[in-house]
Amino acid sequence: MAKIKDTGLIQDEPLIFEQGGKGRKGYSLPRWDVEVAEAQSLIPTQLLREELIGFPQLSEVDVVRHFTRLSQWNYGVDSGLYPLGSCTMKYNPKVNEEIVKMSGFSNIHPYTPEDLSQGILKLMHELQSFLAEITGMDEVSLQPAAGAHGELAGMMMVRACLEARGERRKKVLVPDTAHGTNCSTSTIASYQMVEIKSNEKGVIPSEKVAELMDDEVAAIMVTNPNTLGLFEENLGKIAEVVHRKGGFVYCDGANLNALMGILKLGDLGVDVVHINLHKTFSTPHGGGGPGAGPVAVKNELAPYLPIPVIEKDGEIYRLNDDRPYSIGKMRAFYGNFGVLVKAYAYILSMGAEGLKRVSEMAVLNANYLMKKLKGHYHLPYDRPCMHECVFTDRFQEKYHVSTLDIAKRLIDYGFHPPTIYFPLVVKGALMMEPTETESKESIDRFIETMVQIAEEAKEHPDLLRQAPQRAKVRRLDEVLAARKPKLRWTGNQ
Amino acid sequence: MQDFNRYIPHTEEEIHKMLDAIGIRKLEDLFQTIPREVRLSKALNLPEPLPEPELFHHFQRLQTPVMSSFLGAGAYHHFIPAIVSSLVSRSEFYTAYTPYQPEISQGTLQAIFEYQTLMCQLTGMEVSNASLYDGASSLAEAVMMANRVTRRKKVLLSQTLHPEYRRVIQTYIDPDQQEIILIPYEKGGGRTDEKMLFDLLNEEVSAVVIQSPNFFGVIEDLRPIGEKIHHLGGLMIVGFSEPIAYGMLHPPGATGADIVAGEGQSLGIPLSYGGPYLGIFTTQERFVRNMPGRLVGETIDLDGKRGFVLTLATREQHIRRERATSNICTNEGLCALMATVYLSCLGKEGLRELAMMNLSRAEYTKKIISLIHGCKVNFTGPTFNEFVLKIEKDPKKVLEKLKKEKIIGGFPLVKFYPELDHHLLVTVTEMNKREEIDRWANALERALKG
Repeated sequence: MAKIKDTGLIQDEPLIFEQGGKGRKGYSLPRWDVEVAEAQSLIPTQLLREELIGFPQLSEVDVVRHFTRLSQWNYGVDSGLYPLGSCTMKYNPKVNEEIVKMSGFSNIHPYTPEDLSQGILKLMHELQSFLAEITGMDEVSLQPAAGAHGELAGMMMVRACLEARGERRKKVLVPDTAHGTNCSTSTIASYQMVEIKSNEKGVIPSEKVAELMDDEVAAIMVTNPNTLGLFEENLGKIAEVVHRKGGFVYCDGANLNALMGILKLGDLGVDVVHINLHKTFSTPHGGGGPGAGPVAVKNELAPYLPIPVIEKDGEIYRLNDDRPYSIGKMRAFYGNFGVLVKAYAYILSMGAEGLKRVSEMAVLNANYLMKKLKGHYHLPYDRPCMHECVFTDRFQEKYHVSTLDIAKRLIDYGFHPPTIYFPLVVKGALMMEPTETESKESIDRFIETMVQIAEEAKEHPDLLRQAPQRAKVRRLDEVLAARKPKLRWTGNQ
Repeated sequence: MQDFNRYIPHTEEEIHKMLDAIGIRKLEDLFQTIPREVRLSKALNLPEPLPEPELFHHFQRLQTPVMSSFLGAGAYHHFIPAIVSSLVSRSEFYTAYTPYQPEISQGTLQAIFEYQTLMCQLTGMEVSNASLYDGASSLAEAVMMANRVTRRKKVLLSQTLHPEYRRVIQTYIDPDQQEIILIPYEKGGGRTDEKMLFDLLNEEVSAVVIQSPNFFGVIEDLRPIGEKIHHLGGLMIVGFSEPIAYGMLHPPGATGADIVAGEGQSLGIPLSYGGPYLGIFTTQERFVRNMPGRLVGETIDLDGKRGFVLTLATREQHIRRERATSNICTNEGLCALMATVYLSCLGKEGLRELAMMNLSRAEYTKKIISLIHGCKVNFTGPTFNEFVLKIEKDPKKVLEKLKKEKIIGGFPLVKFYPELDHHLLVTVTEMNKREEIDRWANALERALKG
């Protein structure tokens, strides 16, 4: 066999540790204008290190080529439709990326005196009030770094508020359609999770909640719209039941993209909600963060917000640490400011009318997709959806083709697959969220592809089982990865 | 047509076609499952939408003036090579989600694998996760992990640990189930008081958390502490806020650390008013199944070709749900990529030289301070790029005077340490040129006289 393969543009690219060599240099430091300190005379020798074993030595060109090559093996929203359900992979406006790089934001130290950082504090204060308005809540903390972090802050506030009332409740109700984070958050917040079964319509029945609700239950955690893409139509009634027994309603706001300007969660009796700015408010997901998960509360929970709280006193903005009931701090400093800037820019670009349009088009796209794919794929809950819809592989089972195969075949057609095998209540789930930034022709192309894949499942099922064939790698051995974990390069040591 | 339609492609004609296909007449009908009485009847109260040119103008006015700064205290001003921003701005990286579908996410996955390797090399540890939110929450996760591993509930925190990190750990810990005890610092040296630590240490202690260089900038001597902790069956957690120091300092892994957790902002990530930053988390192989956060592992595909996947997911919330090791889902992926590009660019020699330059500039600063009347370096312990300065005048007034000369002169420690009410934490990095340091020293001298 030839030594070099004709891989076309999908070239193989070694690890950074496997290239370059001694003496190659890719950095440029400021000029030396002070005497070089004698480390050995200042710091005891046993506290000094000899060399950075294994560290790369590359030129700037090497580094640029390396990461450019890596980027070409990736698929992002800019590459095409990314219908990953519950992730709201909408277009990330470029102007927001430019704004956040402005020196007066990117180079500002978090301990800059408040009188110098009034513009920054004003921005954060306004974003808080925008988010409060959109969700129908009273106060907001921008501190949590992601959705799950916001959940934890929210549940800690619930715990603190109950403790202030002299109550130590033990349980949290979580529906079987919930994100995994809801379950783990309740454990970390020292609660025991009690699962509620959703009904045949895919929503939580209020009678079930009434049965389970007692004075041991601190809160119910609900995602609305839920992970089946359905509106929790009983939430108003559920909130009444929960409140009557002194509990709180936590809403996971991951799916807020369906509701802006349509309804306010606060009007449904929600006491605390987190908002994923990296979903609804267009900030990019970054291949796994950074996101931001601000948490919004009603007045009763406001004293417990994490510190500092940004306050407006006349025309002056302040960071207030002096909040005796606060749960404390969720992280150092004030939040993922860079992400907050982008979300604020997005809201300013859209305005009230634009955000409502976002929700309308997101829901229109999802219903259109659902209608067109129905019949080709099994639709377990055949009723109007919100921003996403869930299909299954039941029709394809008889050809011994699974959800995983369908997902991998989509890659061969140049699409990112939907969320698969979630929510857990649906066997073989394919959860699709097109978002409002996809045009009709983009969705039509996806629909045609999905229909063709359904045909292939009948006629040429191997095309699906062997997929993907046209990606950087074929299916990967995940069992091997977990059985013999190799989590770092140890090459030449 | 409104400006916001630039992000929403639908034409009126398409909307009608789609409504027809669905079998409804108007957009409002899409929301028929929402009870009518809770639907909004009036528009949200938000400002009028701004077109792109006005948007730029709006933000220009909100910027904070950039000044000469000697602030550090957990967030550091370092030079970021142009290629960092250029490469992480490739939208195949930043507009992707968490790499759930490995065949079309090999770029993100290989980069994280490289990140994990670099973090192990930097901290001298065996395993790194794919990142957590920031240094503070990373340490809080480390404490929870130590309690899981040791099944003990008492944690000792050094008072020289960044006060905001301490506060976050305190927030994460349930006081009914776990206990936190503070270890004071040595008044002369500025290090954790070893004697007090040894007095407090016993077989109930799950972990001791020490930061090095610590909040006062002083380098701690970890090895003897680690030995003593291990003797009693507890874990040593080493925190940090300035990883550039590991370009020259002994890595915590070589001093007996069981978990190393801290802030990676210095590694090519902008100050950005406190975030997004990078929570670094490394540990020893024997603890891998107790770790929080995502992990990327090497494997092969059907053709035997090398590839990378998310692995050991049975620790995580989306699989293990209420029994997960952490609730983290979205982490700081792009910041981890920034650190990977940054360290690839600096490399072995660059990081060392950069560390030397930070040390040298801070030492130069100490030297010229010794000539100024009315101030002195407060602690005797060895430091890296920041140190505590004691001044005779009220720090608040002195800082105000410096501010008038467009200098942010340091961080007043009284905010976190009431007893250090005449003390400033002064940070000097490679960004503070000699002439800037001289200007700061002159302004300080005038302020201390006047």
